[in-house]
Amino acid sequence: MAATLKDATAIVGIGQTAFAKRLPQSEKELACRAILAALADAGIEPSEVDAFASYTMEETDEVEVAKAIGAGDVTFFSKIGYGGGGSCATVGHLASAVATGQATVGVAWRSRKRGSGPRPWKNTAVQLPTPGQWTRPFGLLRPADEIGMLARRYMHEYGATRDHLFNVAMACRNRANANPAAMMYERPLTREMYMTSRMISDPLCLFDNCLETDGALACVIVSAERARDCRQKPVYVHSVAQGLPAQHHGMVNYWNDDPLSGPAWTAARHLWKQADFGPQDVDVAQIYDAFTPLIPLSLEGYGFCGRGEGAAFTEGGALETGGRLPINTGGGGLSEAYVHGFNLINEGVKQLRGVSTAQVPDAATCLVTAGEGVPTSAILLRS
Amino acid sequence: MTTASEAAASAGGLLLPVPDEDGAPFWEYAAQGELRVQACAACGRLRFPPRPCCPHCRSFDSEWRRMSGRGRIWSYVRPHPPLLPAYAAQAPYNVILVELADAPHIRLAGNLVTSADAPLDSVDPARLRIGARVHVVFTETGGMAVPRWVLEKS
Repeated sequence: MAATLKDATAIVGIGQTAFAKRLPQSEKELACRAILAALADAGIEPSEVDAFASYTMEETDEVEVAKAIGAGDVTFFSKIGYGGGGSCATVGHLASAVATGQATVGVAWRSRKRGSGPRPWKNTAVQLPTPGQWTRPFGLLRPADEIGMLARRYMHEYGATRDHLFNVAMACRNRANANPAAMMYERPLTREMYMTSRMISDPLCLFDNCLETDGALACVIVSAERARDCRQKPVYVHSVAQGLPAQHHGMVNYWNDDPLSGPAWTAARHLWKQADFGPQDVDVAQIYDAFTPLIPLSLEGYGFCGRGEGAAFTEGGALETGGRLPINTGGGGLSEAYVHGFNLINEGVKQLRGVSTAQVPDAATCLVTAGEGVPTSAILLRS
Repeated sequence: MTTASEAAASAGGLLLPVPDEDGAPFWEYAAQGELRVQACAACGRLRFPPRPCCPHCRSFDSEWRRMSGRGRIWSYVRPHPPLLPAYAAQAPYNVILVELADAPHIRLAGNLVTSADAPLDSVDPARLRIGARVHVVFTETGGMAVPRWVLEKS
């Protein structure tokens, strides 16, 4: 192999806007604010940016961003599909571009007004041709319905209960309660609140669902060599992977042999193959949590436990600070902000800088994952 | 040409399937009261959703094989509002995933109802159970035949 991505690049700047149900600024303005904050954090001039990566669902394109922030000549740009499955791949694509000399300063971002904008599933009519023709007419309308179907089967097969899903919601909420930037800061959750909350798609209740959020985040990627001269302690991109499993069908992954082993399994195999360490060496993890059942499924997929053991893994405070695997230490999509998982990337960086509001002592390795159930991506970060 | 929204209006606001080229035969057979699944004409393997070529032998020749119409509930959800208005009116309703008796890896999303034309919430939720035996029926709505599922008499 001619080159390796392993530790060849680093995230040297992170930025974010406020997170709220409603923000007055446009998605474009929020994107620019997050990107400029990330560049200021890195101590890099916007005119040096020559690469961009975001999601296909991102409304503001790189042309708009580049001219607004005053970027220089741009030589690499990339968009990743599948909504929340794209988050970590933005970093991965920029790491590849920088490591292979296609660019020198890359910016990844996501800006979204999901809190005040329309719910994406409102527009189901345009999704009715494949694959919507097989699901939408029957009232399987929203991601919560689609994932709820897998969750019910998972609970049936492995004895997972709503208490296990509560463990996930609680871990994220507890971390958000310590994070002043989180939407659920100072808003504690109790077991009673969880168990008596309204159903969204039974078996999933209100607290099994991520937050409706307006906000934007960005990060800056440069070569490891350049990173040594930046303002912040470098956080190295150790391994990256995308995952689209054989015979996968998207969120309604109901038609392959094993719907309960999703894209996480595919991404994980490649991620660990490229890494110098394994799941047992991960100090802290930021695991995509649009819905609570994605956590046990991802714990299994990324190899923290065996098949069917993900729910039991959440017991005994394992996901809490000081537990076996602290997760989503900023509060995650469930309790910090739901910005298609980009906050998980920045939170991973904060942990390895040692500045998280729920700091894991001496954290040196962090797994960050993207949306599960859809073609996904993941990165391993190290300090 | 009937638009999706016009068709939906005639189906009481529920969304109607919009067949693509690969899926059209499924809906044409449904209109004849038949549940059929695409099969490879070369190697015989069934596949769903339909697609242009066989992922196993790469043949572009396909046929549509009639299924018995029997199956079992693999999983289910009960969506609650906020939902599209026509669905909210019947919520909480059930959506089931049926694994076909003839081909367990083929699982069709649908609704468990008391009879073909009954509302989506016509079955007592206490009767929803993974593993329950069901069979297909078809309801005419908005000019299309849409499969629904009823419990087998035990």
